[in-house]
Amino acid sequence: MTKKTHDTPLLDELKSGPWPSFVEGLERLATDEEKPGADMMKDLLGQLEHSYEERRGFWKGGTVSVFGYGGGVIPRFSEVAEDYPESSEFHTLRIIPPAGMHYSTKLLRDMCDIWEEHGSGLIALHGQSGDIMFQGCTSDNVQPAFDALNKIGLDMGGAGPALRTSMNCVGSARCEQSCYDEVRTHRMIINGLLDEMHRPALPYKFKFKFSGCPNDCVNAIHRADMAVIGTWRDDMQVDQERVKEHVTKVGRKQMIDTVIAMCPTRALSLHDDDTLDIDNKSCVRCMHCINVMPKALSPGKDRGVTILMGGKRSLKIGDQMGTVIHPFLKLETDEDYETLMEFAEDCVDFFAENALEHERIGETIDRIGLANFLDALDVPVDPNMVNHPRTSSYVRTDDWDVEAAKWFEHKKATAK
Amino acid sequence: MSNAELPRRADEHGVPDPFPQMHPTLKANYGDWAWHDRPRPGVLHHMAHSGDEIWTVRAGTQRQMDLGTIRKLCELADKYADGHMRFTTRSNAEFMCTAADKTGPLIEELNAAGFPVGGTGNSLSMISHTQGWLHCDIPGTDASGVVKSLMDELHHEFTHEEMPNRVRMTTSCCQINCGGQGDIAINVQYTKPPKINHDLVANVCERPSVVARCPVAAIRPAVVNGKPSLEVDEKKCICCGACYPPCPPMQINGPDSTKIAVWVGGKHSNARSKPTFHKLVAANLPNNAPRWPEVADVVKRIFYAYKEDGRAWERMGEWIERIGWARFFEMTDLAFTKHQIDDWRGARNSLNASAHLHF
Repeated sequence: MTKKTHDTPLLDELKSGPWPSFVEGLERLATDEEKPGADMMKDLLGQLEHSYEERRGFWKGGTVSVFGYGGGVIPRFSEVAEDYPESSEFHTLRIIPPAGMHYSTKLLRDMCDIWEEHGSGLIALHGQSGDIMFQGCTSDNVQPAFDALNKIGLDMGGAGPALRTSMNCVGSARCEQSCYDEVRTHRMIINGLLDEMHRPALPYKFKFKFSGCPNDCVNAIHRADMAVIGTWRDDMQVDQERVKEHVTKVGRKQMIDTVIAMCPTRALSLHDDDTLDIDNKSCVRCMHCINVMPKALSPGKDRGVTILMGGKRSLKIGDQMGTVIHPFLKLETDEDYETLMEFAEDCVDFFAENALEHERIGETIDRIGLANFLDALDVPVDPNMVNHPRTSSYVRTDDWDVEAAKWFEHKKATAK
Repeated sequence: MSNAELPRRADEHGVPDPFPQMHPTLKANYGDWAWHDRPRPGVLHHMAHSGDEIWTVRAGTQRQMDLGTIRKLCELADKYADGHMRFTTRSNAEFMCTAADKTGPLIEELNAAGFPVGGTGNSLSMISHTQGWLHCDIPGTDASGVVKSLMDELHHEFTHEEMPNRVRMTTSCCQINCGGQGDIAINVQYTKPPKINHDLVANVCERPSVVARCPVAAIRPAVVNGKPSLEVDEKKCICCGACYPPCPPMQINGPDSTKIAVWVGGKHSNARSKPTFHKLVAANLPNNAPRWPEVADVVKRIFYAYKEDGRAWERMGEWIERIGWARFFEMTDLAFTKHQIDDWRGARNSLNASAHLHF
């Protein structure tokens, strides 16, 4: 006998309006009687309506996993299962998408077929960490669903106190502002540390994110324990003819108001012939002028990455942004990539050994002080790490000369 | 158990190689793009140094997608985009077309199927979206419903590029703020200490780790009705809800507690100014499912004041920095209260230590 659908007058109000409605999608799954997930979705809609009435959630966690892995499944058991028995188990599998979230329609269709057979038919593209979230699976079906996904080349993402699934922007695949190979870097670091994702043993979560330029389209500085941001250290590239075309098109006033006057370090000026005068030594690579004039301006040719560490959300000391740890690492040769990989491994090892339980690396750095963290990781200090030197005189400086000697030595060693 | 009965051991693929999935023109010109422009809202046109061109059509989705929705997107990708597509971090679908004249018919078909085309340039992109009542174990509200309601109201701003700069909005269903920082953020803000079910605490919660979780050390072990439990110093409690995930009997959600706050001026990009956090401008709004009209009213007041008064390329936070907070509260008819004076770590840095004033 066909299972009855619940009345959902509150959710029904979310079916109108021009934006695509998730409620309509849930209903399509619930009413497709041919499909194994239909009854589960009927009760899921019933429980969600109950949440809309009571204005609270009714899920609790638990322990569900697949063979050989310690994480990646988000277990959800219903607290109101007696009223909604078919969705009493509604687990999520977090699955890592191809880097940059590129899909062939074959892969998407294979994913759909698998989720039609083993799950509810509801897929989020994508979660905030960057996972494909296959939502709505019974405990018994978690292993067969994962096996099928694994056989088409997909793997489990991160959850709990572990390395988390990462993200990179579209980057080199379609953006002229990209300053490094985001796909290679993302896959090298995450796949090199995969054990930390699949067998959680860290004090708390650890996230990497990869943005091709300082526009930071994947929000790495705010959201990642280690943000890898593309940049350059030589002069930006200018096509002065296209600058002139831009001035002709928008007018001199708009050029001055929206480009020259908005440069954060006053590094731009307009010549009398409408070409651009750029003080590259004062440029901080903010991307603004390049964003306004993408045909005339582009990043320089000596490219690499800036590493910032310590970004996180509110729990428990409040939101924090990452701060600069490596102002510039060249990413060109295989050795350059190896150096970055070793640094990433060292950071995760340091985190594993030194962070307190439930502490993010940004909190660890705060607790011990940035200088101690740099010392432990053998990273030389750099003025780019601070907004300004300290303003408080309460510091002991009797080894100043030793530290100053290190500074001049390092400067000499890295002089081009 | 014999080996034959053991479950299958996974192939640890890790992050899949995207190149077999990538549109052939993107793959062929990887790392070699020259410039881009935007022929119309929702369409990006990229030119490679090789002379290859690609037109990308961006469409909004509901993120929580049923199989029918994904298969419909596949059908359109097969017809217009050589069998490939990608998603942005804000759950927009992108179709890469090798000829400009494919974009018009694709846009028509997307619109006919209910997918709005836009989210490019100086427009509102899709609101970043957490799990909410649909799947989270600690949610104060439903992300999908809030996002759907607001995107319905602001649909025109997704499909047109009429804003001073891009607008990135976020939602979060509790104060952990999974949705992240936004030009406008719509986040749950609890207003009451947790209500403790003392019968359950000893069995369900690891008490020392709950005590350790509190940001203001307001929780201490206690014996209540003869049972080991926890108690909260309600004078110290900041009602953040951090104790609730490790100890569900400390219920933080409730009709008198789960309210919604609106924050403005968060920014991820480094363009012009450094990245910023969003700032609190309204709180105690009702958690009024299914359409959250009070929240939509506040958001629209802020959104349209910025649209009206922001100068070209100013982000929300940069606009407010220019006009000053006094004028912001005047223009949006929102209250400035003592609760908006920060008293958390680093609070002193947010106070005005100058004679720079806006009148």
